[in-house]
Amino acid sequence: MHRAVREPIIEVSDLRKTYDGRAVVDGVSFTVEEGEIFGFLGLNGAGKTTTVECIEGLRVPDGGRVRVAGLDPIADHEAVTRILGAQLQESALQPKLTVREALELYSAFYPRPLDWKPLAERLGLTPKLTTRFGKLSGGQKQRLFIALALIGSPRIVVLDELTTGLDPRARRDTWELIEDVRDSGVTVLLVTHFMEEAQRLCDRIALIDKGRITALDSPHGLVDRSPGSTVISFTPSTPLDNEELAALPALMSVEHKENRITLSGTDETVNAVISLLVRKRITAHQLRVSDATLDDAFLDLTEV
Amino acid sequence: MTDTSTTESPTTTAPAALAPASSDRRPTARAAVLRAETRLFLREPANLFWICVFPTLLMSILGCVPAFREADEDLGGQRLIDAYVPVAVLIAVIVASIQAMPPILTTYREMGILRRMSTTPVRPSSLLSAQMGLNGVTGLLSALLALVVGRLAFDVALPDQLAAYALTLLLATAACLAIGALVAALAGNSKHALGIGSVVFFPALFCIGVWIPVQTMPEVLANIVEFTPFGAAANALNQAAAGDWPDWSHLGTLAAWATVLTAAAIRWFRWK
Repeated sequence: MHRAVREPIIEVSDLRKTYDGRAVVDGVSFTVEEGEIFGFLGLNGAGKTTTVECIEGLRVPDGGRVRVAGLDPIADHEAVTRILGAQLQESALQPKLTVREALELYSAFYPRPLDWKPLAERLGLTPKLTTRFGKLSGGQKQRLFIALALIGSPRIVVLDELTTGLDPRARRDTWELIEDVRDSGVTVLLVTHFMEEAQRLCDRIALIDKGRITALDSPHGLVDRSPGSTVISFTPSTPLDNEELAALPALMSVEHKENRITLSGTDETVNAVISLLVRKRITAHQLRVSDATLDDAFLDLTEV
Repeated sequence: MTDTSTTESPTTTAPAALAPASSDRRPTARAAVLRAETRLFLREPANLFWICVFPTLLMSILGCVPAFREADEDLGGQRLIDAYVPVAVLIAVIVASIQAMPPILTTYREMGILRRMSTTPVRPSSLLSAQMGLNGVTGLLSALLALVVGRLAFDVALPDQLAAYALTLLLATAACLAIGALVAALAGNSKHALGIGSVVFFPALFCIGVWIPVQTMPEVLANIVEFTPFGAAANALNQAAAGDWPDWSHLGTLAAWATVLTAAAIRWFRWK
């Protein structure tokens, strides 16, 4: 906060963590700038959670260096907990503690907490304040944990599987809240395997596969990296010759479904298709050009 | 319910949901943990029964057996029920410290409650001291109940050396809480905590004279038992009840156990 130059708020270099001789995190390096939403995207077991748990100070790295606002999460654990709020993938509260009591308790842990009442209201927890933790639904527990991650007014918030267990409406509300959190200057670290969530929220995404970062870019950048970054689909008024389609430049794939044709490629492919249609005086019904989704890029960039 | 627009501070651009709390009258983390744990403690009626009611109930059942109310020459003319009040008093403290407390803490660890707390600035000692305080106070209240019921229902004289009795009881409680805290620190899960708790519990009952009053134990056995915190406590309580100041060796033994084990518990108790 007192830094004049924008120094990264999180620095991870060559992080390694091994369980039973298996490298779960195998040389991960990245930096996160203050105020950005940084996402980790990857399959289950790719090493996302272990990486963020090293940042939270929950796990001791076997190698490499982690700094959070210049602090070591293990050696300076208490100082880190004051500026970092965490929503863990696996955790619990005392089953007989009510929502209100939990919010009051966790507020008291921090030097400058948020007012929990509007936070609870925003997360739809107000009708549940007198309900015990053990009686909450999965989605309600999740929303309470999001509140507890934010309650200490952190500079950095780590959200592991943010919207797991939430219904679509609550998910969208939560995304809006996270955007507001970022807009107030907080850095957000997001672990997810929801493409839509990553695409909507993240400024940058690290794709993690088998303990390594395989790509690190903005959501747009990742989609553009994938060879089939643009998708064009239409129903031609008269059938098109397959060979003519196959000759299109930078074409990645062709799909016929009944009369509808779906092509993926680049902007060049799109232009070539349009000139082909004009030349042959074919009308393209229901012509749609769209960017490939992060989903497509993810599958292209992750070895299975 | 809450008018969120009024909580927004004019100097910040943060949305209302992220407004800071007012800074007045905020409890410390330690006080907040104690308050929350007290509420939770009172929501466990079975636990409260074992700590508060069971020791006095056991004493009362035995007190209803006629043989317990007859003067016994082995006990120097005391009745068995007279020797049993200090036993009930110590059972109260032992149940609270060694049976009740460790599984609470290990269950917290197992469920991930401690893991979640470890990502906040609160210290593990806040939780440990809240639990030790709650179980200690409840154990002492239960001990007091045994003394009162013994006096009113079975005409057992109150301790002659009241100050010495109270001091012994406080030292005994400290030693037992330290044992419980160490069990919670070392047990991997609540199954282990219950197992270790029982392994300590039954010898402890033996040492305080549940089966053979300490006064009538063979000398070799009595000498060994004296060096356990339980035996030392039972002997010191009996002396104080009879109007003598307890041997310093007993009080010293209790203090030593309490100090060493508390240090060990604090050293080993971890969130994870």
